[in-house]
This record gives sequence, C-alpha cells and structure tokens, in this order.
Amino acid sequence: MKTVKNHFGVFAAVVLAVMMFVSIATAEEKSAVGLDGSTTVGPIGDAFAEVFMKSHNCSITVKKTGSGDGVAALIDGRCDIAMSSRFLKPEEFKKAVEKGIYPVAHTVAMDGVCIIVHPSNPVKELTGQQVCDIYMGKITNWKDLGGPDMPIVAISRDTSSGTYEVFHEKVLKKQNMAAGVEYVNANPQAYARVKTTPGAIGYVGLGFLDDNVKSLKIDGIMPTKQTIADGTYLVSRPLFLFTNGYPKLGSVIHAFCIFYLTEEGQSIIEAKGFVPMTNY
Amino acid sequence: MKLQEAVAPGIRMAKYSAQIAGKSKKAAAGFTRPLLLTPSEDMLGFLSGHLGRAALFLITATSVVAVFLIFYFVIRESAPFFFNKSFPAAMARIKEFFTDSGWYPAATEPRYGGLALIVGSLYVTLGSLILAVPLGLFAAIFLSDIAPFNLRQICKPVIEILAAIPSVAYGFFAVMVFAPWLQKSLGFSTGTNALNASVILAIMALPTIISVSEDAMSAIGRETREASYALGATRAETMVKVVIPAAHSGILAAVILGMMRAMGETMVVWMASGNAGRIPSPWWDLSQSIRTMTATIAGDMGETPKNSEHYYALFTVGLTLLLFTFSLNLVSEYLLGKVMKTSRGGK
Repeated sequence: MKTVKNHFGVFAAVVLAVMMFVSIATAEEKSAVGLDGSTTVGPIGDAFAEVFMKSHNCSITVKKTGSGDGVAALIDGRCDIAMSSRFLKPEEFKKAVEKGIYPVAHTVAMDGVCIIVHPSNPVKELTGQQVCDIYMGKITNWKDLGGPDMPIVAISRDTSSGTYEVFHEKVLKKQNMAAGVEYVNANPQAYARVKTTPGAIGYVGLGFLDDNVKSLKIDGIMPTKQTIADGTYLVSRPLFLFTNGYPKLGSVIHAFCIFYLTEEGQSIIEAKGFVPMTNY
Repeated sequence: MKLQEAVAPGIRMAKYSAQIAGKSKKAAAGFTRPLLLTPSEDMLGFLSGHLGRAALFLITATSVVAVFLIFYFVIRESAPFFFNKSFPAAMARIKEFFTDSGWYPAATEPRYGGLALIVGSLYVTLGSLILAVPLGLFAAIFLSDIAPFNLRQICKPVIEILAAIPSVAYGFFAVMVFAPWLQKSLGFSTGTNALNASVILAIMALPTIISVSEDAMSAIGRETREASYALGATRAETMVKVVIPAAHSGILAAVILGMMRAMGETMVVWMASGNAGRIPSPWWDLSQSIRTMTATIAGDMGETPKNSEHYYALFTVGLTLLLFTFSLNLVSEYLLGKVMKTSRGGK
C-alpha cells in the first residue's frame, strides 16, 4: 500500500502542477485600453493608467517596447495608444494610411535633458558644439574649457534610452560618440556618477537635478521649465501619444489623451521629471 | 509439478486472507502491510508508478530540451546577421565582428565590431581570476587541512552565503562605494573601470572556487596524507607536493567554474565597468573603462526593434558568449569527471 500511495501522491502532484500551469498560461487579462511604445513616455503612461483604472473602472495595459515598436503596434492594431518620444517617420505614416489607420498626435509633455558636472567644477557654461566635442573625444581635458587641469570623464546613458536618443540627436547631431565614453543604465546612476566624480560630465532629465550636481548653461541658456517648454533650450523635445484618428469624444481613450491638460495630470508629469505643456 | 504451480496462487490467496484475518492482532505489533496485493491494487500500483515516472521524465526532459532550444534560437536569431546577402558579404561581416573594435549599431552607418566587447569580457574575467584564484586556493587549503573541524563547519557555509547575494547588490556597492573610493585613494579619473569590475567579480567567484577546490582537496583522503607524513614530509610539503598535485583537476575545475561565473555575470559589469567600448591602451591600464559582451546585450536589448540588423548583431554577441561558456563548461565537466575517479580510488 505504501508504495502505491507514494507513486500516486507524486502522480497527483504532477497532474496538479500541470493543471495549474495550464490555467495560468491560459488566463488572459482583459484589456479595455492598450498602450505601447517609448520607454521615455512609459512612466507617464503608467502613472496615468494607475489613476484611470481607479477613476474610470477600466483596465489599461502599458507596454514599453520602444517608440518604433509602439508605432508599429498602432499600425497593426495591436494597441490603442502608441507612446512615442519622436514624431512619426514618413514611411510609418505611409504604412499606416495603407492599412487604414490615421495617426493623430497628442503632445503630452516636453522632455528636457540637462548637462551636469561636479559642483566643484568652475565651468559654468558650454556651447552645444563644445559638449559635442567632449562626447566625440575632441576635447579631453577641462583646461581647454577654462577649468582645472583634469581629464574629462564623459558619462552617457545607454544607447537604448530615450534620454540618449534626444541627446544624440540634438547635441551630437547623430554623430558617433567616442569609444572612451562611459555608459550607465539609469538617470539616478548617471546622477550618482557625476556627483562622486570630480572630472565628470553627464546628462539627466530635468527632474533629477539638485544641489549635489551643477547644471550648465548651454549656448547661454539655463535649462528651466520655461526654456524647455518654449524650445529655446537646446536639448528639449516634445513627447507624443498617437491614436488612430481623433478618439471618440467621451471615450476612455479620449479622456486619457486629454488627461495631461488637467492639474492632476500635470503634477504627475512634473513628478516624473518632465515639463507639462502649459504656458509659463 | 504443473499442478502445484497452478494451485500455488490459490494457496497464496488463502494465506493472504488468513493474514488479513489476523491483521487486527498484528496491527498492534506495527505490521499492517499485506505481503500480497489484490490484482486491482497491483494494476493501480503498476500504472501510477509508470505514469509518475513518465511525468517526472518529461519534467527532467524539459530542462534538457531547454538547452537545445536556447542554442537553436540563438543560432537562428544570429544567422541573419551574417547570411543576409552574398557569401563575400557574410565573410566581411565575420571579419568586421572579430577584428573591428567600433560598436556603433545605432549610427547612420552602423558598425558592428565586437572585438572590444570580447576583449572587455576577457579583461574582467582574467582580472577577477588573478585576484580570486590565489585567495580562493589559500582559503581552500586552510579549510581542508589547517583549520580545526569546528571552524571549518562555520566558515564554509558563511563563504557560500557570498554566492547568494544578488548581483545587483554587488553592483550598487561597486558604483556607490568602491568607485568613489578608487577615485579618491588611487587618484583614478574614473572609478567605474576594469579594475572595479574585476575586484567585484573576484569576490563573486570566490565562493565557487573555495568550495569546489576544498571538496577536491578533502577528497584526496587521509591515507594519502598519512602516507606522506610517514615518509617524513612536513605538513607544508605534504600540502604542496602531494595534496595539490593530486587534487589538481578538481582545482582546475573550480577555477573554470569561477571563470564562467565571471564571464556570464551581467549586472555587476554593466554597473561597475563603465561600459566604454574600447580596448585599454596601454593594455595593462586597468583604470580605464571597458565594456563586456554581457553588458552590451543587457544595455542594448531594451529598445532594439525586433528583426533589425542591430537585433541580430546582439544575438551574435550572445552566441559568441554562449560558445565561450559552453566550451569552458565542457572542459570543467571533463576535469570534474577526473576528480570523481580519483576520489573513488581509480586512476
């Protein structure tokens, strides 16, 4: 009897495990609204979704696969709202129209990237060209920029981040960074490295600035909410939500796409380190 | 004879029922299990036994199949990186990947030179081994031959706890504590560099190296040591000339296991190495930032569109890494097999 029981116990456990596995695998989440796209806009999408799921009693799924994949998902009808840190490319528009999708852009926020150095560094101001030269390895010592004789440690975000994307486009004009540039994988880490390294230069979103690092004027303009929102600061860009046509008035998607206009939406955007679309 | 055989089951059944009848009495003696089963019970036992075995075999097989599937998918996803155009183009790609050190996959004219990444992986792996192997060996010698038994029983589990600390915790320590310390006390311009990553990886590889090589040294056994003492050798001579040579294959396996740990580690190198995609010059300058294969995959994968050239290139990096660790694994399997033989007394 004992052996039978043992075998049977094992068998029952196995069957149970398989059944559980199958039931987990097949249990799909119902989604009323699907968001997909940029990892930069993602935190805004997440925070909005959290508020919406409570107030509108609906389920919102937010995937962060990158701007390109998000737009592709919108074109294929796999999501309702595509988050993007750039405007659509002409070929994406063409493809969308061919499939009967008419992308409409909603500008939710502005994204500004501040160039930061160690607080002990006397340099206060650089031109966009100088920053570009630093990251391309043409300037390697602070003494060439009016600072002390100290090698420059250039710190960049990883190439898959949206912050890198805007910096690469606006400051480096899409040219390659020098091989000696260090990469870190998050804004807080870029901030920490600059804070602890006297010769460092780095860049982070506006929300990460404080007194432990020094933000530089670029081309004579200090990055502030106002200069980022009106676009006079060099490293700023709009962030978009794309929908198929203008969403039906009164629908959850419509409410979601105009949520950035509300006070709550704007405080969320500011808390995530972006600049809300208001007139300062 | 034949009649007896035919009758035998009947006789047994009779005994069986007699046994059941006496069961209540015998239960007090703690013997409740009948020696014979009814045919239905027998069948059930047979079926559940075999089904259970089949189910367990399936579960075991999944992990074996997983290994093959991983190889299959990595090769499938990396193949288009080479074989998308003509044969000469493929050769040019392979040549670029193994000889060029410029990794600019997102540029308008992308370059996929993996040399700096391969060299970076080798740098941190060898750097960590140079630190971890002597330390690990001395610790293993101490634990197996010198430390009192009680101390060993305390030390070994504690060392093995090192292996249980999540790598992101090590990485956090590397960035927040060790990097600023390197800058301040050694005057490096940047603290996240090859040295930082090597030191942290060495700490992570230590428990493997200590534990496995200590096992190998203990497996040599008391007889060998006593024979050596009997010939007049001192403790040190026994250690250096008898135990270590006898345990050499196990020690090598320990080193290779530690090496695989260091080579495959991602989070720590991604945080501690600085990720600058270049080969240090001069070559011995460990205060420069480097970038490894694992960190490149982890860093780039996030926003790489599927089925793009960059995506295939990352899988090619993954395949290269897989081949490195796979060959290391084969070597260590071979050496560990030798240890097993030695400990069983064979040659």
